[in-house]
Amino acid sequence: MGRSEFAFGDIFIGISAIVLGIVASWALYWLLNFLVTRLPAKWQEKLRAFSFVLPAAVLLILISVLPLLQTIAWSFFDKKAKNFIGFDNYANIFTDPAFLQILFNNFLWVAFVPAITVGFGLVFANLSNNVGPKREKVMKSLIFMPMSISFVAAGTIWGYAYDYPPPGRPKTGLVNAIIEFFGGEAQPLLTMEDGHLNSFLLMIVVIWLNAGFSMVMLSAAIKAVPEETIEAARIDGAGPFKIFMSVIVPQVRGTIMAVFITTVIGVMKIFDIILAMTGGNFNTSVLGYEYYRLFFVESNVGGSAAVVTVLCVLIAPLMWLQIRTARHQEEIR
Amino acid sequence: MNAVMNKLRNARLGSTFILLFLVAIWSAPTIGLLITALRDRDEAAASGWWTAVADPFNQIWSLASFEKAVEGGMLTSLLNTLVISVPATILPLVIAANAAYAFTFIEFKGREVMFASLVALMVLPLQSALIPVLKAMVWLKKTFGIELVGNYASAWVVHAAFALPLAIYILRNFMMTLPASLIEAARIDGASYYQIFWKLVLPMSIPSIASFAIFQFLWVWNDYLIAFVFVGEQKAVMTYKLLRLLGQYGDGWQTVAAGSFIALIVPLIVFFALQRYFVRGLTAGAVK
Repeated sequence: MGRSEFAFGDIFIGISAIVLGIVASWALYWLLNFLVTRLPAKWQEKLRAFSFVLPAAVLLILISVLPLLQTIAWSFFDKKAKNFIGFDNYANIFTDPAFLQILFNNFLWVAFVPAITVGFGLVFANLSNNVGPKREKVMKSLIFMPMSISFVAAGTIWGYAYDYPPPGRPKTGLVNAIIEFFGGEAQPLLTMEDGHLNSFLLMIVVIWLNAGFSMVMLSAAIKAVPEETIEAARIDGAGPFKIFMSVIVPQVRGTIMAVFITTVIGVMKIFDIILAMTGGNFNTSVLGYEYYRLFFVESNVGGSAAVVTVLCVLIAPLMWLQIRTARHQEEIR
Repeated sequence: MNAVMNKLRNARLGSTFILLFLVAIWSAPTIGLLITALRDRDEAAASGWWTAVADPFNQIWSLASFEKAVEGGMLTSLLNTLVISVPATILPLVIAANAAYAFTFIEFKGREVMFASLVALMVLPLQSALIPVLKAMVWLKKTFGIELVGNYASAWVVHAAFALPLAIYILRNFMMTLPASLIEAARIDGASYYQIFWKLVLPMSIPSIASFAIFQFLWVWNDYLIAFVFVGEQKAVMTYKLLRLLGQYGDGWQTVAAGSFIALIVPLIVFFALQRYFVRGLTAGAVK
């Protein structure tokens, strides 16, 4: 009983927050606009935009930009963020074999997941374009469905599929059941770090989550490829595979790049799936997880800040790439 | 002509079979977990879920695992998640729509630079800000007695801030497709920029706002990190609860399976009902 009362109280909080929030934000923008219109005309011209941009700018500066700078600053401080220790945190992590292994794991994720995700997306997009609109719709939404669920839920779904019960108990995990069906022996899959097997098993989960997104993007691009170019290749005697590789793929290269980069960015900061499935054990940790462990397990502010800074430095080139893409889109318009 | 038709039909049939096979692989893990949630405890521990699919009438189906998951607080978590998700969807949209309007229709100094920084911020990992924001909120409590950590408000604010870059980007891309002549005409009729935003641009941007709203709602619903850091145990969200359930599955996968089912139900409903808009939001924001 107590629980449900508590819950209703929370619903009330939520609803009042929505109403109050909308009224308050409307009032805020009204006030900003009112203040600007009181100004002399010359100032009005200059400050008009800011009455619309200011709340966004303040929020972004307070919650993303300043904290980022603070994090970078902390990376030069000790565990408790009290004493300046120069580059010691960086020296520590880059001489620690465990951290180098983590970097290597991140590299593996970036090397495999985006390319395979794009590959699956192309296969799905191409196949679904051939099956007729009704089947296309149903099958596409089934492939796309994982995109709407959380990494944690995906972790439970696949944790169950990879399950390895203690010897003697029946095998209820799908993957081990398949292995046994083909005459193999059930394995404790997620603990097998030889050849990074378990990391690859985690990657499968993320590919499973993202392939639908890749498919949706690429399918739209493939549909926009002019029929004449395909027809021309067909008349020249090209088979379906040749047409796909040398006519369709070059024309959707822009979309392929967009999906690829989006996936790279997502994979660089991958975290939840590792937390949910292996807890970073058995050599599966990555930068996003190491940051979490250093702060929440070891209470090491300086160290975790250094790890995030490394992550940001690695992501920085992608920021530049994104700005360039956005500019390019602008020019197309 | 007949030969061509046959060939086409064969290609279509071939594609259908390959695709069906892939769809089966793609769906099997989810279906397996959901079926397990509905099976009797002893049977689920004794045989794989596929035996229940093969012979559904010789099975004991039961909702006991759901009762257990609900007892464990899964429903309370569902409400917590809802109370976090809805304001964390609306708040950034209001702020982003205003900013996107200025970026689209009002010339101002530093617009290009600000927009480029916005695109850069889209890529920034969440982790880079968490701890400083957390410490600042703790400081706020100590100094002014404003209690944010452990409350919903902290999650709303942080989610809003991190959604802003992408939201502004998407909304601006959409607003750029609105006819500039219409806004010009309104200006000539004497409408202020403020009126034009609320009466003209905002209503016209509803399709794009709706797409982003669905995208953002699912994003917040599925988030673990922000909810864990800022709200934590007191108002545990679904992902938090599910992870705790997963950590104690000594008594079999049943409770986890039922918990996952409860955690999945809202995203799946939203997804299947509003898929078209979700796709639009996703494709418009292919940069996150």
